[in-house]
Amino acid sequence: MSQQPRSAGLDRLTAGAGWLAVAAIVSAFGWLVLDIFRHGASEVSWTFLTGEPADAGRAGGIGTILVSTLLVLGVCLALAVPLGVGTAIWLSEFARPGSRRVAAIRSSLDLLASVPSIVFGLFGMVVFCQMLRLGFSIAAGGLTLGCMILPLVVQTTFAGLQSVPVELRAGAAALAISRESTLRHLLLPAALHGVVVGVMLGLGRAAAETAALIFTSGYVTRMPESLFDSGRTASVHIYDLAMNVPRGEARAYATAAVLLLALLLISVAATVLADRWLQRQTARSFR
Amino acid sequence: MSGSIVLLIVLFVLWQALPALRDVGLRRFVADADWRPTSISEPQFGMLPMLAGSGLVTLGAVLLATPLAVFSAVLAEFYAPRSAAWLLRRLLELLNGVPSVVFGFWGLVVVVPLINAWHPPGQSLLAGILVLALMLIPTVALSTSAALRGVSGDLKISAAALGLGRGALVWSLAVPQASRGITGGVLLGAARAIGETMAVVIVCGNIVQVPRSIFDPVRTITANIAMEMSYATAGHRSVLFATGLALILATGFLVAASGLLRSRGARS
Repeated sequence: MSQQPRSAGLDRLTAGAGWLAVAAIVSAFGWLVLDIFRHGASEVSWTFLTGEPADAGRAGGIGTILVSTLLVLGVCLALAVPLGVGTAIWLSEFARPGSRRVAAIRSSLDLLASVPSIVFGLFGMVVFCQMLRLGFSIAAGGLTLGCMILPLVVQTTFAGLQSVPVELRAGAAALAISRESTLRHLLLPAALHGVVVGVMLGLGRAAAETAALIFTSGYVTRMPESLFDSGRTASVHIYDLAMNVPRGEARAYATAAVLLLALLLISVAATVLADRWLQRQTARSFR
Repeated sequence: MSGSIVLLIVLFVLWQALPALRDVGLRRFVADADWRPTSISEPQFGMLPMLAGSGLVTLGAVLLATPLAVFSAVLAEFYAPRSAAWLLRRLLELLNGVPSVVFGFWGLVVVVPLINAWHPPGQSLLAGILVLALMLIPTVALSTSAALRGVSGDLKISAAALGLGRGALVWSLAVPQASRGITGGVLLGAARAIGETMAVVIVCGNIVQVPRSIFDPVRTITANIAMEMSYATAGHRSVLFATGLALILATGFLVAASGLLRSRGARS
């Protein structure tokens, strides 16, 4: 008999603590996002988005920085997408499931995903900047980031390929369709969503990255003339303005607002795509 | 090829760290009284302040983030209406993508002045703990939710059949059952905290000292690499690579333990 009221009390206490925790989390994050957008929005204009930084970034715009950012991301995807998709195809379609090689590759990818980004920066500095003689350059920064997002691309592409129904493969095999054309005409189109979501998540991660870039792509704010020039990305720009430039806050806010908005859009797009894909999968399996 | 990259990273970092490990030796990293890596007459490589900095920031952030994350996950899985739980999950996924440099910048312009008004200088262990805790919450909350979802289905029905309240269901059945998965998520958060660089370098003040209170500035291992690598040469550089190697080992160990716990938890 005495159990009932105590249990109800515990129930209320748990729910109360839960709502309190959620309220704390939501308000802290709301504070962050609103603060960045409120202070940043007033600075953002067309001339800001296209101009060149002046006075160490206190004046002028971020046009050259956006160009550098896009170039770094381009190099990053050019490395990570073919390599990541290839690895996932091999793991899912050609390797014997459960073999020791598969297990070794999967666990090494898990470990790769855990390496701190600053260590990727150290690695990129030694290998790309010094051994391959790329110096502080957009190419070196992009290649470093490519290594960093590789596990993410492999993981999502692999998940996409695995979700293709086994019947499809069996049917193709029964029709004596070669493995290559099964892959090209059946599996890859079916797994395309997984690839796209993986690429977008990787893109978001790469665009957010700073620590891996400060020793690889450098700080130069000029308009890059080639991939072998040093270029400063948006996140490095925020870091430099916050740490090294007195009274750089206003422009740091504006750059952060632009970066945050771009990342939110990428993230929302990835989520929407993943959801639509999931719905289609379920619709198909219940038909 | 993809699989070999992690091996390459470890090998290259190890290769660059070897001179330091050979000439300086592990013992001096903890035994040296001071961090004076550039001194020509008598270089000193005492990493104790940085070890304390990384350890305390990580510990504080994990201790602060875990209860918030676990309570919010319990609410989402057992109490909140489905739409609210969905909204919370989407929000946490979005926040997972906020760049650490933005967290750091916000910490510098909002959190640090608040702490400064209360107890100067503001850039401190406490600022690092607060900002880092916020960054960890999505990671820990999402993995806790996943662990709770894994056990809740049948239990909910049998607990209801036995006339148990939801509070009892949560605390005596679901949370203990999901404890491996929850611990795994916390370890994953800890690995992220140790490896985090930009946020702590911006808000922690970066002074090389073992802090005596949470208001003292600290420098973490990651911040030390970020600040000194640009001008480090020869021996000093090699020492920094050795600390990078230590970071890989620490996060690799935490992530491996986390993976093991979570897959065991999912199976049982």
